[in-house]
Amino acid sequence: MQFFGGSEISPAPSAPTGSGNNAHMMYIFNRNGVCLLYREWNRPLRTLNAQQDHKLMFGLLFSLKSFTAKMDPTSVEKGNLGVPQLPGQGCSFHSFRTNTYKLSFMESPSGIKIILVTHPKTGDLQEPLKYVYNLYVEYVVKNPLYVPGTPIRCDLFNTALDQYARSLA
Amino acid sequence: MAPPAPRTGDAVFANVERVNAELFTLTYGAIVRQLLTDLEEVEEVNKQLDQISIFRGYNIGIRLIDEFLTKSNISRCVDFKETAEVIAKAGFKMFLGVTASVTNWDADGTSCSLVLEDNPLVDFVELPDTCQGLYYCNILSGVIRGALEMACISPEPNFWCTHQGMCLVRLATHPR
Repeated sequence: MQFFGGSEISPAPSAPTGSGNNAHMMYIFNRNGVCLLYREWNRPLRTLNAQQDHKLMFGLLFSLKSFTAKMDPTSVEKGNLGVPQLPGQGCSFHSFRTNTYKLSFMESPSGIKIILVTHPKTGDLQEPLKYVYNLYVEYVVKNPLYVPGTPIRCDLFNTALDQYARSLA
Repeated sequence: MAPPAPRTGDAVFANVERVNAELFTLTYGAIVRQLLTDLEEVEEVNKQLDQISIFRGYNIGIRLIDEFLTKSNISRCVDFKETAEVIAKAGFKMFLGVTASVTNWDADGTSCSLVLEDNPLVDFVELPDTCQGLYYCNILSGVIRGALEMACISPEPNFWCTHQGMCLVRLATHPR
C-alpha cells in the first residue's frame, strides 16, 4: 500500500473488540502442497518439526475436503473418495472447533489455501480469510521479486498480517 | 450473505486502480520493438511473448488469476462456455478496460474466438511488411493460458490459446 502502487484495499472487516491476542497460527499453502507461509503468534506446544507439521496439515486438509464432499447429503453427483476435487466445486469445508482451538480454512479457485488457528470462541472467519487473501494478492502476487510457488519472504506482508491478526478478536 | 457476484467487470473496473492508457500502449510497443531488434526472427518474438520468462505472458497470467479472483468474487465456472464468457466480459474489462465478444464456436463447443473490438494494445500501431507474421498481441494468449492453468487442478495445460490477428484470440480446450 505504501510502496507497491497505491491501490485501496477494501477496508478490513470489522472485528469485535477483544484482547487482541486471539490468533495462534496461520498457514498458507499453494495447490502443490508447498507451504508458502507459516506465522506463529501464540503456540505454547509444538510436537513436530516444521516439515512434518506442514505435511500433516496439508494432508489433513486434503482428506477433510474429500470427506466432506463425499458425505454431502445435498449434492447429486459424488466423485469417488480420493479423487481430487477442483477447488470451489462441490461443497467446501469452513472450519472445525475443538475445546482448545478453532481452525478456519479457505481455498481459492487457484488453489491457494489459507488456514487460521484461533481461540475456540471465535466467530465465522470467512471474511477475514478473504481479506488475508486480498493482502496476499497485494503484497506477494504483485511483487515482481517474488517467484510463485516458493516460500514467501516479504517483510511488508508479514507486518500487515501481524497487524491484522492482532486486530482479530 | 454477499450479493450475487456481477458477471460483468464494470463494477470492478470502476474500483480498480488504473494507469494511463497511452503509457501502457507505448510501453508494450517498446517491448515488442526491442524484442524484434534483439531477436530479428518474427517466430522467436512470437514465442517469447507467450512463454514462461520474466516479463512474458504466461508469467503474468499465473499471478493475474489471484488478483482477478479477489477483486471479482466470481465463483467457479461450470463449463468451458462460461469460462470463455467470464474471460471476455469480466476479465478483459477489469484489466484492459474493454470487453471482448465470444464468437465462432466450433461444432463440439471446444473452441471459440475472443474478439477485441477496441484493443488498447494496438493503438497507434502499424505493422511493416517485414513483420507480417508477427503476433503482436501474443502476450494476451500467454496471460490467458497462465491464468487458466492455475485455476484448474491438472498441471498439464487443458487450454490452448493462440493469437490470430491484431484483435483476435482463439481459445480451445481438450475434447473430453
